[in-house]
Amino acid sequence: MISHMLFVSIILTSLAGAALAVMLDRRPSCLLVPYAAAALSSALAIIMSLTVLLGHEDFVLSLPTYVQRLGEFSLRVDNLSAYFLLVAAIVTMCVSAYSVGYLREYRGRYSLGRMGFLFNIFVLSLFMVFTAGNAVLFLIVWEIMSVSSYLLVMYEWRKEDSVSSGLLYLVMTHVGTAFIAAAFMLMWTQTGSFDFSSFAGIREMEEVSGSMRSAIFLLLLVGFGTKAGLVPLHIWLPRAHPAAPSNISALMSAIMVKTAVYMIVRCCFGFLGVTEVWWGLLVLLIACISALIGVLYAIVETDIKRVLAYSTVENMGIIFIGIGAAMVFQAFANEGPATSPYLGDIAALALVAALFHVMSHAMFKSLLFMGAGAVISSSHTRNIEEMGGIGRRMRYTGALFLVGALSISAIPPLNGFVGEWMLFQSLFLSQTIGDPMVNILIPAAVAALALTGAMAAACFVRLYGAVFLARPRSDHAGKAEEAPRLMLVAMLALAALCVLTGVMVTFIVPVVDDVSASLLGTSIASKMASGITLNIPGGFSYISPLALAAVFLLLLPLIYLAADRLGGPQRVVSGETWDCGTPLGPRNQYTATGHSQPLVRLFGQLVGVRTEVRETASSSPLIPERMTFRQGIEPVFERYLYEPVHRAAVALSNRIGWMQMGSVQAYLAYIFVTLLVLLVVFR
Amino acid sequence: MIVELLQTLILLATAPLATGTVRSLKARMQGRTGPSVLQPYRDLVKLFHKSSVMSKDSSWISTITPYMCVAAVVTAALLLPVVYVGTFGLMGDLLLLIYLLAIMKFFTALAALDAGSTFGGMGSSREMFISSIVEPAMLLSIFAMALVAGTTALGGISLQVASTGLELVGPSLLLAAAAFFIAILAENARMPVDNPATHLELTMVHEAMMLEYSGKGLALMEYASMAKLLVFLTLMANMFFPWGIATSADPAALAVGLVAYLVKIGALLLAIAVIESSMAKMRLFRLPNLFTMAFILSLLAVVAYYVQGVA
Repeated sequence: MISHMLFVSIILTSLAGAALAVMLDRRPSCLLVPYAAAALSSALAIIMSLTVLLGHEDFVLSLPTYVQRLGEFSLRVDNLSAYFLLVAAIVTMCVSAYSVGYLREYRGRYSLGRMGFLFNIFVLSLFMVFTAGNAVLFLIVWEIMSVSSYLLVMYEWRKEDSVSSGLLYLVMTHVGTAFIAAAFMLMWTQTGSFDFSSFAGIREMEEVSGSMRSAIFLLLLVGFGTKAGLVPLHIWLPRAHPAAPSNISALMSAIMVKTAVYMIVRCCFGFLGVTEVWWGLLVLLIACISALIGVLYAIVETDIKRVLAYSTVENMGIIFIGIGAAMVFQAFANEGPATSPYLGDIAALALVAALFHVMSHAMFKSLLFMGAGAVISSSHTRNIEEMGGIGRRMRYTGALFLVGALSISAIPPLNGFVGEWMLFQSLFLSQTIGDPMVNILIPAAVAALALTGAMAAACFVRLYGAVFLARPRSDHAGKAEEAPRLMLVAMLALAALCVLTGVMVTFIVPVVDDVSASLLGTSIASKMASGITLNIPGGFSYISPLALAAVFLLLLPLIYLAADRLGGPQRVVSGETWDCGTPLGPRNQYTATGHSQPLVRLFGQLVGVRTEVRETASSSPLIPERMTFRQGIEPVFERYLYEPVHRAAVALSNRIGWMQMGSVQAYLAYIFVTLLVLLVVFR
Repeated sequence: MIVELLQTLILLATAPLATGTVRSLKARMQGRTGPSVLQPYRDLVKLFHKSSVMSKDSSWISTITPYMCVAAVVTAALLLPVVYVGTFGLMGDLLLLIYLLAIMKFFTALAALDAGSTFGGMGSSREMFISSIVEPAMLLSIFAMALVAGTTALGGISLQVASTGLELVGPSLLLAAAAFFIAILAENARMPVDNPATHLELTMVHEAMMLEYSGKGLALMEYASMAKLLVFLTLMANMFFPWGIATSADPAALAVGLVAYLVKIGALLLAIAVIESSMAKMRLFRLPNLFTMAFILSLLAVVAYYVQGVA
C-alpha cells in the first residue's frame, strides 16, 4: 500500500513541478521550484525502488484503461524495474540539484519555464518507461520520453546545430520506435494481449516457433539498438547528446540510453527466453564493433561533449558485450544440464557484470557531463583545444572530473574497474563451452574489450590533460572560475558513489544478482559475495576492492613520510618548465589533436579520419610561409549507409507525390476508401 | 604471514639491484666495465638529498603522481608470489595486478601533460599509444594462462603449474609466455619499444614523461619504474615457469624457492640485456607490427589450448 502511495506521489510531484514551472516562468523562483520537485520525486523513487529491491515484493499500480483490447494499463515494479529505477533516480536527483546552479547562465536567454516543464516531464517519463507493465502504455511513455528529450535537445533553438541535431534525433528515434512497435505486434499475435505479464509467457510457449522468436528478437535489437546508440544506428547520439544543455546531456547519456538496455534485457531473457546461440553472438559482434568505433571517434574528437557522447557509444558496447555473453552462455545452459551445470552461473555472472556496468556508467558519465557543463559555462567554449590550465582555476571541478575519468578508465578500485573485471572473468570462463565458434569469438571479444579499455584510458588522459592541465590555450580559459557550490555538491555526490559502489561491491552484487536471478533463474550471490571479497564461482578468481583501497590509502601516507624522512628536508623551488632556451607560450604545448595522432595514424583509416595539411610556399623549399592543419571525421556511416536510404526514400516520395493534391475532398475520399478496405479485409 | 611480508620486502628492496644488473650486463656485452650493480641505489640516495624544481605551470597532479606510482607498485608487489606461493592475495588476482600498474601509467601520463612541456606531451601521447596496442596481447596471454591453470588467482596459477609438473608445458603456455614477454618489454619501456638509456628528445617515451621531475619526486618515479620492472619479471617467472617455488612455508622449501627465483630472474635479466645489446630501438610506427605479432602469439596460445583439449 505504501508503495502505491509513493508511486502516486512521484507522479503528482513531477506533474506539479511541471505545472509550477509554467506558472513561474519568468520569476527567479523558476530556477529552484521545478528542480526541487524533480529532486523530491527522485528521492521518492529511490525509496520506492529500495523497498522493492530489499523487500523482494513486486507491486502493481493500475491506471484507468478505457479500451479493453489494449489490455490493462499498469505500472509494475519488479526487481529489474526497481534496479534501473534506482540508478535513474539517483542520477536525476543529482542532476536536479546541479541544474539549479547550472541553468543560471540561461536566464534571460532562453525560457526557464520551458526547461523546468520539460525537465520534470522527461524525468517522469524515464521513471515510467522503467515501470510500464503494458506494451501500449510503454509505447506512450516511450514516446513522451523521446519527444520531451527532443524538445530539450532543441532547447537552445537559436543555434542551428541544435535544431538539425534535434531533427536527426527525432527521425532516428521514430524509426526505432516503429521497429519496437512491430516487435510488440508480433508478440501480441502470439499471446493475444499487450500486457508484459502475458508476454512473459512466450518463454514457456511451445507453439511459438524459433523463426518467430528470431524475428521478434531482430526487430527489438534494431529498435532498442537505435536508442542505445549501437553502431551503425548510433549516428544521432554524438550529435543530439552534446547539443542539449549539459544537465540534459547527463540525463540522456546516463539514463535514457539505459532504457534500451533495460528493455533488451527484459525482452530477451524475460519474454523470449534465449533459444538460439547466434543471438548472443550477433549482440557480441555488434557490441564489440560499437565499443571500438565509439572509442576511436572519442579519441579524434575535440569537442568535449562529443568526446563524452562517443564514449557513451563505447560504454554501451561494453554493456552489450556483457549482455551478449550472457545470452550465449544462457543459450548453452538452456540446452540442458548435459553441457555443464556451471554454465548457468557464468551466464548470471555476465549479466551481473553488464547490469553493474549500467550503474557505473550512469554514475561516472553523468558526473563527467556535469563537469563538462561546469567547464563550458566558465570557459565559454566546447573546444578542448581552447582550454587548458582550468584545473588550477577550478580546483574542485578538476578533482571531481578526475574521479570520473579514473572510473571510466577502469582504474581500481573504482566502480568502472569492478564492472570490467567481472566482465573479463565471465569471458575467461567461456572455456567450459565446447563450441569452436564460441571458443574463437570469445577471445576476440576479450581482445576487443582490452583494446577498448586501454584506448578509453588514452582518451581520458588526453581529455583531462587538454582541459585541466598545463597552460591556458585561450584568454577565456585563463579566466575560468569555479562552479557554484550546488553544482559541486551534485558532482561530489556522484564522485563519492563512483568510489563507494566500487569499494562496496560485495554489498551491491547480491542486489544485482537478485535482479539477474529473477530473469535467468540462477542465483550466484552466495557464491560471489563473502565478506569483503568478491569471488568468481568455481574458485576461479577473487578480488577485494575494499581491502585494496585500505592498503592503498595506508601506503600513501607511509610513502610520503618515508620519502620525507629520507635525505632530510627537501627544498622545493618553483621554476619554469624546461623550455630549451625559448620561452614557452600557450602554443608550445601538445594539443589534444597532437596527443591522439599516433592512434589516429594507426586506426584513423578504419573510421574515416581525413587529415589535410596545406602549405603556402615561400622562397625556401624547407620552411613554408604558412601551414594549416585540418583533421576531421568523414561521416562514413552517413555517407555510405544512410545517404542511399535517404535518396531512395526521397525518390519514392516523389513518385507517389501526385496523391497529395491539396484538395480536402480527395483526402476524405482516401480515408473513406481505406476504411472500406479495412472493414472488408478485417471484418 | 611473515613469509609473505618478507618476500614482498625482498622484492621491493632488490628492485634497484635488478635494474643495476641489467645495466651492468649490458655494459659487459658492449665491452665496457660499466658502473657497479649497486649504482641505482647510489643514484636514488643522491636524488633524495637534492632539492627539486616544480614547474609553475603544474598543478597538484604533478605533486601526487610520484606517491601514487610508488603506492600502486607496492600494492602490486604485495599481491605477488615471489619465493613462496602464499601472498596477500586477499586483495585480488592477476587482472587486478595489471590494472593496478595501469594506475602508474595513467598518472604518469597525466603528470607528463601537467607542466605544458612539449616533451611531456610527446611522451604521454606515445605511452598511451603503446599501452593501447599492447593491451590485447597482454589480456589474451592472461586468458591463455587462465585456461591452462584454471584460475586467475596469482598464488593459484603458481601452485597449479608448479605442482602439475611438465604436462602443462605445451604450446599454449610457451606461446602465451612469448607474448607476455613482449608485453613486458613494452610496459617497462625497454628495447626495442623504448630506450631506457636515451635522453634524445625525439625518441624518448618514458624518460620524456619524467623530464620535469627532480629531487625526491624523480627518485620516487625512478624507483617506481625499477620496482615495476621487477614486479613484471617476477610475474613472468612465477606464472609461466614457477618450478622450484616453495609450496609450503618450511625453511628448506623456501631456500630452494629463493635459489630458483634468483636463477629465473637472473635468466630474464640476461635475456633483456641480450635484447638491448643486440637490437636497435624500433621506430614508433613499426611497433604495431611487433605488437600484432605478440597478439597473434597469444591468440595462437588460446587456440592451441582448445585444439589440444579436443584432441
